[in-house]
Amino acid sequence: MPLTGFLGAIGSYAQLGVKMAAEEINASGGILGKPIDLMSEDSVNPATASTKAQRMIEQDGAVLLFGEISSASSLTIMQVAERNKKVFFSTGARSDALRGKDCNRYSFHCDIPNTVMVNAVGTALKQKGMVKGKKFVTLTADYIFGHDLLKAAKAFFSANDATLIGDELIATDVTDFSPYLLKVRQAKPDVVCCNLAGNQVTNLVKQYAEFGFPYPLVGFNLNTGDAWAMGEGNLSGTWPTVWYHTLDNPASKTFVETFTKKYGKPPENHAWIEYITLKMIAQAINETKSTESDALIAYFEKQTQFDIMKSRKAYFRSWDHQLVQEAYPFTVKPKGEMKDKWDMLVLGEAVPGAGAELESIYPTKTQNPCNMKA
Amino acid sequence: MQFGFLLEQVVNGLVLGGYYLLIALGLSLIFSVGGIVNLAHGAFYALGAYISVEITRYLGFGSAVVLSPVAVALLGILFERFILRRFYDADPILSLLVTFGLAMVTEQAIRIIWGAPPISAAIPQEFRGSVFLGDFLFSRYRLLILAVVAAVLIGVWLLLHKTSFGRVVRAGIQRPDMVAALGIRLQPHMTAIVMLGVGMAALGGAFFAPITIVHPAMGAEIITVAFVVVVIGGLGSFWGVVIAALLVGVVRGITIHFAPAAGEASIYVLMFLVLMVRPRGLLGERIEKFE
Repeated sequence: MPLTGFLGAIGSYAQLGVKMAAEEINASGGILGKPIDLMSEDSVNPATASTKAQRMIEQDGAVLLFGEISSASSLTIMQVAERNKKVFFSTGARSDALRGKDCNRYSFHCDIPNTVMVNAVGTALKQKGMVKGKKFVTLTADYIFGHDLLKAAKAFFSANDATLIGDELIATDVTDFSPYLLKVRQAKPDVVCCNLAGNQVTNLVKQYAEFGFPYPLVGFNLNTGDAWAMGEGNLSGTWPTVWYHTLDNPASKTFVETFTKKYGKPPENHAWIEYITLKMIAQAINETKSTESDALIAYFEKQTQFDIMKSRKAYFRSWDHQLVQEAYPFTVKPKGEMKDKWDMLVLGEAVPGAGAELESIYPTKTQNPCNMKA
Repeated sequence: MQFGFLLEQVVNGLVLGGYYLLIALGLSLIFSVGGIVNLAHGAFYALGAYISVEITRYLGFGSAVVLSPVAVALLGILFERFILRRFYDADPILSLLVTFGLAMVTEQAIRIIWGAPPISAAIPQEFRGSVFLGDFLFSRYRLLILAVVAAVLIGVWLLLHKTSFGRVVRAGIQRPDMVAALGIRLQPHMTAIVMLGVGMAALGGAFFAPITIVHPAMGAEIITVAFVVVVIGGLGSFWGVVIAALLVGVVRGITIHFAPAAGEASIYVLMFLVLMVRPRGLLGERIEKFE
């Protein structure tokens, strides 16, 4: 889990979620009668992430791995998992490539992939008439995740008669966006689209509000932890999310209540995803009575349904190990209507809509082919 | 048209340079007078940002940008009196270690007090948006920063060049032994220089909190650029640091305009080129005690 760097802030939420899940599981008798022994490390960068993952398996005897937010680090951990034949649940990485050309039999993907985020926001934008015939400029994170997201965005633009008139690749250590914002304004787009990640989204949104451009800013990636850090009146536009603490269903409400009581703040989407992932793993081990990789993979590949605190149940798709679930576009709550500083977002209708198959917003086999070696 | 866009980037670069200057000038002064490379300088910048966000909640933005640097400058007294003072004559590696350690301690302390997730801050309503001069566009808030930097700069220049305090400090940079021989103690001056230096860093933090992310590691992010500015400008030179800071801001802006991918690397290339031609930095003076 990244605990430092541009993804560190949301990584710290993830840690709280997994800790709470482990404590709850242990309090109710553990897994197969044994308590969970949770090891956690700062993954830092792709090279360190893989070294630490290897050490956890080799020296510390880890039975399985899970975590990570960075797509670049997740990719190296996936390779460690395959080499050691241990299961890895990649909880926060969103790059399509991890589910496609880089996929492997030992790796499972819990967060929604880039294509789904583009579809979630894209659907909402289309309803507002902000796509057809419009000119877009994108600002994209210059690493595997951003490249991948830009690709999904380009596919969406060309399928919906929008033109991309400018795209800027931005290194992950940039904190001042003013020169890029001047270029955006020179391009005079209809809509500006943010394909950044982590606290860079926070920075961009703050500085975008500073310049006060007339072009709406939307984005294909945002984590609520980064939204909370933006400050009053800075965020606007339409964005995607995988889960939010105001979702209205009993399981979600109980989780939010317990978490808030324990930590004094509501769970961010990474706290949620780590929590449900460990719960799914515990369920799998208890039902298969095994920690063997083959048994666990078979259990998840049966497309077992899990309650993940959403109105529809979720399952790992057998051919690419993607957790198929609902996603949500959101807009920003007007200042006067916020109950507290975390109550920032107005969730749109879940996508796909109630009538459609859950898989309809996910990439198909032909769009993102995955060949797992047996 | 193209020229207008470039001009926007240049002016924007100057503002960014001004902000780097707030951090780098203190770093340079503390090194020039005390011979200490203050790796904890970024920590004071971060503290300045956090304290100002905290004060803004109760007293508003105006009070915050005044009180936060003052509070940090007072912390600077403790820093100088109880830590730096022991290392003026010691092996430089020791002061590097102790200030590096302090930077880490401060970062963790911020994590404990305010938490690891970034805290939110926003620009006051009246400074939002851009100013147009014909087709020329500028962020209103950055204009405010530019004015503040200019005022601070004039203040520091007057302090160093037009007061007896400044004369002692400048003499202390070149010949501390002569200053001592004249019966003047440099230590109280050093306390004041450290207060001034960390106070300016905190001022930078306070003004940048609303437009950048306020998180525990923000100090570590700014310190690298500040060092680059000090190295390019050269030690002991007030104008060297000023020119270097503005140059770094402008070079970054122009590079991003033409070759965005090279934007972050451009300032290091600039440093490399300057050091090739002038190893002592643009306007660096020969300082005997460091030779």
